[in-house]
Amino acid sequence: MNERPDRDPIEVQVVDPSRPNSGDDAPAEKQVSTLRLVATLAVAGALAGLLIVLVNLHTKPIIDEYKAEQLKLAIYEVLPGVSRYRTLYLVDGSLSGEVPSGAKATDFRQAYVGYDEAGQMKGVAVSRGESGFQDVVQVIFGFEAETGILLGMKVLESKETPGLGDKIFKDQNFVDQFFARPQTPLAAIKAGSGKGAPGEIDAITGATISSKVVVSIINNGIAEWLPVLEQGIPEEAP
Amino acid sequence: MRTTTPSQDFIRGIWQENPVLIQMLGLCPALAVTNTVKNALAMSAATFFVLCCSSVLISTFKSIIPKEVRISSYILVIATFVTLADMMLQAYAPVQHKELGAFIALIVVNCMILGRQEAFASRNKVYRSLLDAVGTGIGFTIALVMMGGFREILGIGTFFDIPLFGPNFEPWVVMVLPAGGFLTLGFIILGMGVYEQRKQARQAHGEAA
Amino acid sequence: MNDQTLFSIFFSAMVVNNFTLAMFLGLCPFMGVSARVETALRMGLANIFVLVLTSLSAWVLNTYILENAPYLRIISFIIVVASLVQIVEMVVKKIAPVLFRQLGIFLPLMTTNCAIFGLAIFQTNRGYDFLQGIVFAIGAGLGLTLALVLMASIRETSELSDIPAIAKGTGLTLIIAGSLSLAFMGFAGLL
Repeated sequence: MNERPDRDPIEVQVVDPSRPNSGDDAPAEKQVSTLRLVATLAVAGALAGLLIVLVNLHTKPIIDEYKAEQLKLAIYEVLPGVSRYRTLYLVDGSLSGEVPSGAKATDFRQAYVGYDEAGQMKGVAVSRGESGFQDVVQVIFGFEAETGILLGMKVLESKETPGLGDKIFKDQNFVDQFFARPQTPLAAIKAGSGKGAPGEIDAITGATISSKVVVSIINNGIAEWLPVLEQGIPEEAP
Repeated sequence: MRTTTPSQDFIRGIWQENPVLIQMLGLCPALAVTNTVKNALAMSAATFFVLCCSSVLISTFKSIIPKEVRISSYILVIATFVTLADMMLQAYAPVQHKELGAFIALIVVNCMILGRQEAFASRNKVYRSLLDAVGTGIGFTIALVMMGGFREILGIGTFFDIPLFGPNFEPWVVMVLPAGGFLTLGFIILGMGVYEQRKQARQAHGEAA
Repeated sequence: MNDQTLFSIFFSAMVVNNFTLAMFLGLCPFMGVSARVETALRMGLANIFVLVLTSLSAWVLNTYILENAPYLRIISFIIVVASLVQIVEMVVKKIAPVLFRQLGIFLPLMTTNCAIFGLAIFQTNRGYDFLQGIVFAIGAGLGLTLALVLMASIRETSELSDIPAIAKGTGLTLIIAGSLSLAFMGFAGLL
C-alpha cells in the first residue's frame, strides 16, 4: 500500500446504507475471544488448502505433461534423427540409469541419450546454464559421445538484450553453425576473421558476450560430460 | 462518509480512481510485465481474477471475520487465489506463464487488491463489492494495456504481435527495457498532469468570465 | 542447484540486475521515500536485514517443508514475510524508537513490499542453495539501498530547482528512475 500524506484514498469510508453498523463489532462483545480468532484463521486456512489441493490435482498432470513434451522436443531438435531418449543421472561421479532410492531426480545432473529408429545411439544431450550479458542463459546441446562433435544446440532461456543479444536464438545463420557438426572445443571469433580452423564459430556483431557465453556453455558442458561418458554408459533395463 | 450508487462503484475504479495512474498502486507489475501487450493482458487477466474472487469471498464472509485478524485473512484469501491463478496459467497458457514468471506470484503483494478489500469489500454487500472489483480491474487493465501498447509499438514495432511498421522501422529498444517502463509511466502521468492543469485553467477561466 | 559463482550472484543482484531499477521490485518505498538521504539509508538497511531473514526462512521452508507441497509456496511465503516484518517492527520499536518513528508507515508496509516477497520467489525459481541465497539477499538489499539513496539525493537537490507544477511528484520521480535505470544498464556485461 502506498499511503502518502496528501492523499489517502484507501481510508475512504464507504457505508452501505442498508447496513449502517457493518463496520462495528456486535455491541455486546467487547473482546473477541482468542479461540475465535484462531478458529477463524484455522478454518480459512484449511478451506484454502483444500481448494488448492483440488485444483493442483487437476492441473499438475497437464503441467508435467507439457514440461516433458517440451524437453522431448528440445532433445529431438539438438539430436537430429533421434526418435527416443533415455535419462542418465550423474551420481557420485559416474553414470547411472536411476537415482538412488529416496533422492530427488532434480538433485542430480542429467544427460539424455538419444536413440534412432534402429536403436542405435546417436548422441547425448545436456542442458547447462551460465551467466550471459543480462542474466543466466540456458542452452541444451547435443553431441556425439565418442568424438565430442557437436550435433546441435537450442537456447532454452535467455534474457539477453532484445535486438542484439537475443540474436543467439533469432539469427538463423548463427544457430545453423552449431548444427554443422563442428569439432569441439569451439572458439567464438569475430565474424569474417576466421582461419577455417575446426570449431570456429562466428560471433554476432554487437553481441560478443552473448555469443561467447553460448560457446562457453557448450565447451564447459562437453568438458564435464565427455570423461564421464568415456567410462561407459550403463545398460538399459529391459 | 459518503454513500455511493452501484454504478459509481463501478465507474470510479476505471478512471477517477484508477489504481495505477491515480492511486499509484500495483506499480511493480505495471512496469515489469508491460513490455508487450500480450503480457500486459495476461497479467491483467490474472490480477482481475484474483481481485474479483477475493472481493466476492471476503464480502460474503465479512461478518464472520473478526476485526483483529482481518488483514491476515484477506492475505490468506488473496494468496489462495494467486496460487490458483498461477497453477491454471501454468497449465493452460504455459508460454505466457514463462514470460510473466515470478510476477504472477507477486500479485499477492499488489497493494491494490488488499486496498480494495480493506476499503470496500469488507464493508459492503457482495454484488457491490463485485462491481467495485470489476471496475478496478478494468481500470488496471486499461492502464497496463496503455503502457504495454506504448512500449511494444515503439520498442518492437508490433501491437499484439502484429507488425505495424515496415521493415525499415528502427525500434526504440529502450522501450522494452526496464528504463523504458519507468519513462513510459512517467510520461503518461505527466500527460495526465498537463490535461488536468488545462482542464482546471479552463474551468477557472470559465468561472471568471 | 545453480552454477553461478557467489560473486556473480552478489554483483548481479546489486548492480547488473538491480532489484529496483532493473527488476522493478521495491517500488513503493522507492517512490514514496522522503527526499532525505539519511532516511533512505536507514530504510535500505532495514530492508537488508529483513531480506536476509527472508532468504533464510525461504530456504528452510523450501528444503524441509515445501518439497512435498510446492503449491503451498505462495501462502507460506507471505505468512513468513508478514510475521518477519511484524517481528522486526517490534524489535526496532524496542531498541531504536527514534528510527521507528522516522520510518513511520514504511515499516509495516514492507509486508506488501514486492522486494521482500520477490526475493523469496526468485531464490526458489533459481534454485539457490543456503549460501547463494544469503549472498543474493545481501546483494539485492545493497542494490535497493543504492537505488533509494541515489533517488533521495537527487530529489534533495532537485527541491532547490524550479520544477513545473505538473511534473512535481510521481511523474518526475519516474523519469528520474528511468534515467537511473538507463545508467545502471552500463553495468551489464561486467560479469
